[in-house]
Amino acid sequence: MSIEPLVWTTVCAVDDILPDTGVCALAEGRPVAVFRVGHTQFYAIDNVDPKSGASVLSRGLVGNLGKHVVVASPLYKNHFDLSDGVCLEAPEHSVRAHSVRVEDGRVLVALG
Amino acid sequence: MKIIVVGHGMVGHKFLEELHQLNLPHAEVSVLCEEPRPAYDRVHLSEFFAGKSAEDLSLVAPGFFGQTGFSLRLKARASAIDRRKKTVTTADGEVLAYDKLVLATGSVPFVPPVSGNDRADCFVYRTIEDLEGMTECGARSQSGVVVGGGLLGLECAKALRDLGLETHVVEFAPRLMAVQVDDDGGRVLRSKIEALGVQVHTNRNTVEITDGARARHRMVFADGSHLEADMIVFSAGIRPRDELARQHALAVGARGGIAVDDHCRTSDRDIYAIGECAAWKDQTFGLVAPGYEMARVAARHLAGQSDAAFAGADMSTKLKLMGVDVASIGDAQGKTPGCRSFRYADELKQIYKKIVTSADGKRLIGAVLVGNADEYGTLLQMAQNGIALPAAPEFLILPASDGQAKPGLGVDALPDSAQICSCNNVSKGQICAAVEGGATTIGELKACTKAGATCGGCVPLVTQVMKAEMARRGMAVNNHLCEHFAHSRQALYHLVRVGQIKTFDELLARHGQGLGCDICKPTAASILASCWNDFVLKDDLASLQDSNDYFLGNIQKDGSYSVVPRMAGGEVTPDGLIAVGQVAKKYGLYTKVTGGQRIDLFGARVEQLPFIWEELIAAGFESGHAYGKSLRTVKSCVGSTWCRYGVGDSVGLAVELENRYKGLRAPHKIKFGVSGCTRECAEAQGKDVGIIATDKGWNLYVCGNGGMKPRHAELLASDLSKEALVQLIDRFLMFYVRTADRLQRTSTWRDNLEGGLDYLKDVVLNDSLGLAAELEAQMQHVVDSYQCEWKTAVTTPDVRKRFRSFVNSDKADEHIVFVEERGQIRPARPDECPATPATGDAAELATTA
Repeated sequence: MSIEPLVWTTVCAVDDILPDTGVCALAEGRPVAVFRVGHTQFYAIDNVDPKSGASVLSRGLVGNLGKHVVVASPLYKNHFDLSDGVCLEAPEHSVRAHSVRVEDGRVLVALG
Repeated sequence: MKIIVVGHGMVGHKFLEELHQLNLPHAEVSVLCEEPRPAYDRVHLSEFFAGKSAEDLSLVAPGFFGQTGFSLRLKARASAIDRRKKTVTTADGEVLAYDKLVLATGSVPFVPPVSGNDRADCFVYRTIEDLEGMTECGARSQSGVVVGGGLLGLECAKALRDLGLETHVVEFAPRLMAVQVDDDGGRVLRSKIEALGVQVHTNRNTVEITDGARARHRMVFADGSHLEADMIVFSAGIRPRDELARQHALAVGARGGIAVDDHCRTSDRDIYAIGECAAWKDQTFGLVAPGYEMARVAARHLAGQSDAAFAGADMSTKLKLMGVDVASIGDAQGKTPGCRSFRYADELKQIYKKIVTSADGKRLIGAVLVGNADEYGTLLQMAQNGIALPAAPEFLILPASDGQAKPGLGVDALPDSAQICSCNNVSKGQICAAVEGGATTIGELKACTKAGATCGGCVPLVTQVMKAEMARRGMAVNNHLCEHFAHSRQALYHLVRVGQIKTFDELLARHGQGLGCDICKPTAASILASCWNDFVLKDDLASLQDSNDYFLGNIQKDGSYSVVPRMAGGEVTPDGLIAVGQVAKKYGLYTKVTGGQRIDLFGARVEQLPFIWEELIAAGFESGHAYGKSLRTVKSCVGSTWCRYGVGDSVGLAVELENRYKGLRAPHKIKFGVSGCTRECAEAQGKDVGIIATDKGWNLYVCGNGGMKPRHAELLASDLSKEALVQLIDRFLMFYVRTADRLQRTSTWRDNLEGGLDYLKDVVLNDSLGLAAELEAQMQHVVDSYQCEWKTAVTTPDVRKRFRSFVNSDKADEHIVFVEERGQIRPARPDECPATPATGDAAELATTA
């Protein structure tokens, strides 16, 4: 692992993401699921669901299980913690979480 | 050991089931059955008139004889026994040897010895053949009379009334059900039965049957009066079939019946007798529960369990006669010396209740309930287990008044040995054990203990025991939807409707906590849609929809979606077919005809969906809601329009119904079927709502299912006009939408409904909850506010823009890869698409390389 500066990709406007839903964006060619929870919280994890290999996590339902803010995969309903990408039911199926920030009404994503 | 069973009725078959469970080694079992078909459910015989077939009534599990190796001979009457040689001879002359013989010959209906009792069109009510004869005769008769106003006679009167005949009941005694109820109870029962259009004649002693002047028969009574009718059914009690015993010098009871000891053995140690043909302490038993108990005792004793003993039986009964509840417990007539009674009568509602207590008022010894038998379960347990009565026992039968709960039984008070289900002899202890084993719904309990699976009368009590046991074990009796809502789906539905709640945020703020989840959000979305029917992709509703509803398509394993245009009733024009074909060809979609009589198009990427639908809508199609927990399809056969056997226009009705209920969001998907005649080509009885044409209109069946646990739909109402049919479906569907759990199909909902089909009928047909008008109005609102979701989606820019693979790119999703198979696309398997990234770091290498 080497320490490199984050590469930020502008993916969309804040208003392009309906509160409590996600969208899929390409960041450096990689499909990333970007979620808006409530109006102001943003999260990003890999979009590919390891269990199915399908690029679908942005289309899952957002919510919380206990203290975890999660998305449920639309295919097999396994839950991923949005802050670290850990799959709650099967940690071996976890995904990478990515960085997100909002600047001037734009949403930016950086891998890692 | 060679075992011969003579008689394959309910008790004979129960004996075989018990024997099979005991797993007796080297048992060679032969069964002689006089009737042309194996054992069937005589308790529910009248349902034959309500559309059940002989197969539906069968008690023999498929493959039973194959698995057990028992051999069954049908139409084989035992005509003689040679007790010395230990053989049985059949009427055909076959001679079979036995080591042990079991007589389960049942009984025959008693026909009063009056002249003319053997005239044509006179019947008894016992076998399916009798019922077939009655049906045939009913079709060419205007009126019918039942001789006998007992339990079976009234069942039989219902059958005649269902056949559409002017119906009379003639009873020798001064009241109906003279054995089970007292004078006051008999009076209430009589007025209820008469209000249903059955004419009751008590104190009538028939002396002669002759030719009638206006009808086929004239019954002449001892008092000189007479009654004319086209058909006569004798149902004046039963007599044990003990002729084999009498012929071969086995002891018989003082009032008939083959005498048996506590082990159900006759005076010959190698011959047992069980059921209605047996007399224990000079008593015969005409109910199924004691017969089943005898079957159990005989099987165990025969298998070497010498302590198996019959200890008599409780003759308490609860039944519904023509919709009238009647129950009788213990000493119903109050014949015990010194006993006291408490009575309650409501002449307006026609309810009569009486309890009989011991002289000191501390123990319940009998009861009569007519018109409403809600307390039966509680009272029966109190009587059977000698539970101390409360200080004011009258409150047990008085209606609950404001703020004062009725004294309940408190199932905790029952000993583990208390018999909860008498038909199948299931104790409280067995139910508790099943709960411990993981059965936590009525459906599961029925499946593993058989409690409540025969007559169903004990289901409320079984439920109470189950819930109490779950609470005792600290198991979540709670039916909370999820961690965000401490409410059941049914309660949430109520809160949404009463509170006029229109959004999830409001629901969460007022009745929940947290952010919500993938359980409560779709449930709330469904409830909101059922209640208010707003566009499901509106900004404040869209985030609740799971992926299928959000993209208005069914997500497939590779993240592509299917497209299913509605083809109401399975009807499609050639132009429509061409349009669907052209769209499929243009977008390279896989096409398949579905079981619901329409066409599925697979393999659409999310950004293609609006374009595909735009073209389908232009060709006249609408959303088929294949993605929703909502009405899917109304399958139909071609019906009377084309079919030479068709009786009704099934396609026309199917199209109309599909268009009426399309878009209705429900706890789970709903499927309909409409068949144009009883050949049932549309398989309507396997659907949530099934309709079959009759020559008088439409029969309505509900709660059927195919799938994992097939379930035949049950007849809700017959010979309906289209208007009446639609009204009942409106009520039925809305009642389901209102009360079912999430993801509960109508079949499981029905299996778990306390009160079962009778309750459902009460609510839907008789409006017992006073909800009918409201349910109909709610359905009408849904019908009137229907919109094609796809049409709204493609024409609303803010919604349409959500259909894209990437928010920042027009690229196609490269994870969706197809290969060709049989001339069409299918998703590539992992080994067929090396470009598809795996997980973790390998994924990163693959995508960045």
